[in-house]
Amino acid sequence: MNTLPQQLANGLLLGSMYGLIAIGYTMVYGIVQLINFAHGEIFMTGAFGALTVYLYILPDGTPMAAAVPLMLVGGAIVSVLIAVGAERFAYRPLRGAPRLAPLITAIGLSLALQEAVRNFYPNADKALAFPGLDTTHDIGSITIKDADIFLIVSAIICMSALAWFVRKSRTGRAMQATAQDPDTAQLMGIDTNRIIVIAFAIGGFFAAVAALAFGLKYGSIDYRMGFLMGLKAFTAAVLGGIGNIYGAMLGGVVLGIAETLASAYINNIPGMQQLGGQSWANVWAFVLLILVLLFRPQGLLGERVADRA
Amino acid sequence: MTALLEVEDLRVAYGKIEAVKGISFKVEAGQVVTLIGTNGAGKTTTLRTLSGLLKPSAGKIMFDGKPLTGVAAHKIVALGLAHSPEGRHIFPRLTIEENLQLGAFLRKDKEAIEKDIQRAYDLFPILGERRRQAAGTLSGGEQQMLAMGRALMSQPKLLMLDEPSMGLSPIMMQKIMSTIVELKSQGTTILLVEQNAQAALSLADHGHVMEVGNIVLSGTGQDLLHDESVRKAYLGED
Repeated sequence: MNTLPQQLANGLLLGSMYGLIAIGYTMVYGIVQLINFAHGEIFMTGAFGALTVYLYILPDGTPMAAAVPLMLVGGAIVSVLIAVGAERFAYRPLRGAPRLAPLITAIGLSLALQEAVRNFYPNADKALAFPGLDTTHDIGSITIKDADIFLIVSAIICMSALAWFVRKSRTGRAMQATAQDPDTAQLMGIDTNRIIVIAFAIGGFFAAVAALAFGLKYGSIDYRMGFLMGLKAFTAAVLGGIGNIYGAMLGGVVLGIAETLASAYINNIPGMQQLGGQSWANVWAFVLLILVLLFRPQGLLGERVADRA
Repeated sequence: MTALLEVEDLRVAYGKIEAVKGISFKVEAGQVVTLIGTNGAGKTTTLRTLSGLLKPSAGKIMFDGKPLTGVAAHKIVALGLAHSPEGRHIFPRLTIEENLQLGAFLRKDKEAIEKDIQRAYDLFPILGERRRQAAGTLSGGEQQMLAMGRALMSQPKLLMLDEPSMGLSPIMMQKIMSTIVELKSQGTTILLVEQNAQAALSLADHGHVMEVGNIVLSGTGQDLLHDESVRKAYLGED
């Protein structure tokens, strides 16, 4: 179980989840230079949206193969609506304000969403059971669950679709233009407000996919799950180069693998026996963030700031 | 006959500071009209207001018989007003061809767009040679060509050029100015903002001299070119 290929697979899976969430940070930052610190909670509400469909809408005994797509729809509706609503009512009025104002708003929104779920969702003051996809498969020396297959397949589909959309579609081209020079994009006839809404919506959708995968994989969700996952995904976005969608995915995978390997193997190093194990995983993840900020502040695939002129 | 563009008592303010203090002018179809004046005279502010990036505090703008005040910037392009902004503002990480395609963002006629891209390459051959190159790698003069080509891609009724000669070498500046003459001879209506008064006035039908937010002098290009106060203030003569 603890073989290197298994650890790499675990890291890749965790990293795909980080990457999916990181897209939301990086796209929004790329276009409006805003760190949407409420994005972790957009992820969290997506998980609750999916669970709502399972608990309160689907009849008992619905097979999971039928339930999962509908849960995705439910989660996506909730996450996208909250993401787009946050843009419209919390961030848009502050556009042009000093950057600190939307940042504080984002933190406030993040706490408000957590507390809203805790207080108003039935029994959400504790962790809630989420239906798992726990059937396991052995591939060589690796064991993975159905939930892992769902995660990796949806991450690949989402990322390929996004890459195509941004590079080839008319709206994607408009998105690139808006990210590079919003005023001039308007002079081309691009409705930049619409582009910003689309960026938030895509981020929300990807977060909902990650949230459903999280629930299916770990079998439990709670109102605070967005905090740490959001912070990790933000780290992944910075690691890959914030503003760059490929960077977000790469950063996620690098972070996931680094964290997994560090917690599995670092205690084999003489003198570091007490620094291994899952409880240290977060430490290593954020140590990596600090190292990147020190030595490569633009991130792995980040563009030089001078290009923005 | 009404003019293509009619600006009446236009006022624009940044907060409490008024940058344009009630100016009026017209651009007739087929004309080249220039606004000249020093830094801070309000020329760029005027253009940015015409294209909808800034909101006027008072005054009227009529373009092709329709009011422009209160219309969003991205909708003004559709009416036929193209703006090549000060400092060029090409999209640096897109290719030259992608920049030109964005200039035609609102058009649906794919074949005609291809033809117009070809026309831009005929006008500026260097752009055609480098069509797959990121626009940020071009020199300042080449970027200016791209900005002009991109503005033309919307098939505008009125082309607004803000400081096209800014920061260019004398040779490149001549190339840009002769392109403006060429566009004029093809019947393009142009509103040209320039600090290089000599060059701008010698090719313009009409000129207006701006000083701290007001138009202080108007006339034909030739009249202004020979006006004593203009020569002293803007053409560096004693």
